[in-house]
Amino acid sequence: MAKRVLVLLGTKKGAFILETDADRRSWDLRGPYCETWPMNHVVGDPATGAIYGAGGNEWFGPAVWRSTDLGVTWTHSSAGLAYAAGEEPIGSVWSLAPGNGALYAGVQPAGLFRSDDAGETWRHLNGLRDHPTRSQWQAGGAGLILHSLLRDPGDDQKLWVGISAAGVFHSADGGETWEPRNRGTRADFNPEDQRYPEFGQCVHCLVMAPGMPDRLYQQNHCGMYRSDDGARTWQSIEAGLPSSFGFPAAAHPRDPGTLYLLPLNGDSAGRYVPDGKAAVWRTRDGGATWQDRRDGLPQKNVFFGVLRQAMATDPLDQAGVYFGTSTGAVYASRDEGDSWQCVAEHLPTVLSVETMVVEA
Amino acid sequence: MAAVTLPGALQRLFPGAPRRVEVGAASVAEAIDALDDRWPGMRDRICDSTPAIRRHINVFVDGERATHDTPLRPASTVVVLTAISGG
Repeated sequence: MAKRVLVLLGTKKGAFILETDADRRSWDLRGPYCETWPMNHVVGDPATGAIYGAGGNEWFGPAVWRSTDLGVTWTHSSAGLAYAAGEEPIGSVWSLAPGNGALYAGVQPAGLFRSDDAGETWRHLNGLRDHPTRSQWQAGGAGLILHSLLRDPGDDQKLWVGISAAGVFHSADGGETWEPRNRGTRADFNPEDQRYPEFGQCVHCLVMAPGMPDRLYQQNHCGMYRSDDGARTWQSIEAGLPSSFGFPAAAHPRDPGTLYLLPLNGDSAGRYVPDGKAAVWRTRDGGATWQDRRDGLPQKNVFFGVLRQAMATDPLDQAGVYFGTSTGAVYASRDEGDSWQCVAEHLPTVLSVETMVVEA
Repeated sequence: MAAVTLPGALQRLFPGAPRRVEVGAASVAEAIDALDDRWPGMRDRICDSTPAIRRHINVFVDGERATHDTPLRPASTVVVLTAISGG
């Protein structure tokens, strides 16, 4: 059966869609969509074919956009997507996780909402808002954002979130209550004797290994980590990488030992790719060893970064890998990261990259 | 009836919404309620959950900058504008 491969892009000025077939050699770009709103996260639900976009507009506030025709037309709603009167209003929606008939949305200031009607209406899950540590959470550079949102595919009650800069939290009851899970991750920006706190780490991206819901990887402001116990404890996997700093991470669609990172040159050095040369770093053994993949990526005078949600894989065999840059380019690999081609450029700053494969 | 003028960027979010619409309302908040009745979700685009007019939306009533609670006369003109914003 022929397939349509969609790469869903959230950018600073609208959503875009790159489309190809299973061969992934020739790409078409569509957009901008969503009235050129800043779109922090655009995701597909392969079970229904729906595409959802999380965003917020300086004029009109936060909303979740939806397309049921692969991006041709869009609607939007924020019904119920609000905190109580008098509280700081939601500025923007930052992350989405569809599946099993439900749709979760993470917002700024950090909180979690659930929709059971495909984004028409929303219900606040109060647990993060009411968390006893909440008053001590510090906002990161983009605000107090809930940018990473993981669901256990086998247990709908289990959720993990990443909040900048409160850290990783886990819920075993569908989002009603939460516990911080940051043991082993550093906070280098704290005083020397307080660098392993219970919460307050600056997680940048949290991803789940395929088929192993207790194996999580995270790119942190201060290091790269793997957990094999549902985030209860974390082990550093940064040895062999050119930097401990970066934003995105992408898991392989089938191999729980394979992870893709895109380290940057450090938090106070411009946050560019190291040495002005672009590379995706891949591990095949859960982070024990790393290989840089550069074939087809620019290797001179490169001063872009890649943001926390702007790298993804597709489920094809071999897996495709994609990332979008702060300078509006999108690079694609059709061979698990071994070689790359630039498939779009001159876009607005790319905020998120996701994929969806549907039957043609 | 108050006459409300909507900005183009708001019209585009609600296909079919006209540039100018008449509503029966005694305050800006009531006028926005009336707009939301006709185009569900429009309140959320003009107001935040405080509730207040959004920071980058301006509402003028009879030529004066207004708030959520500004009263309307029967023949008031209400102009909703997108303020300077963005980059």
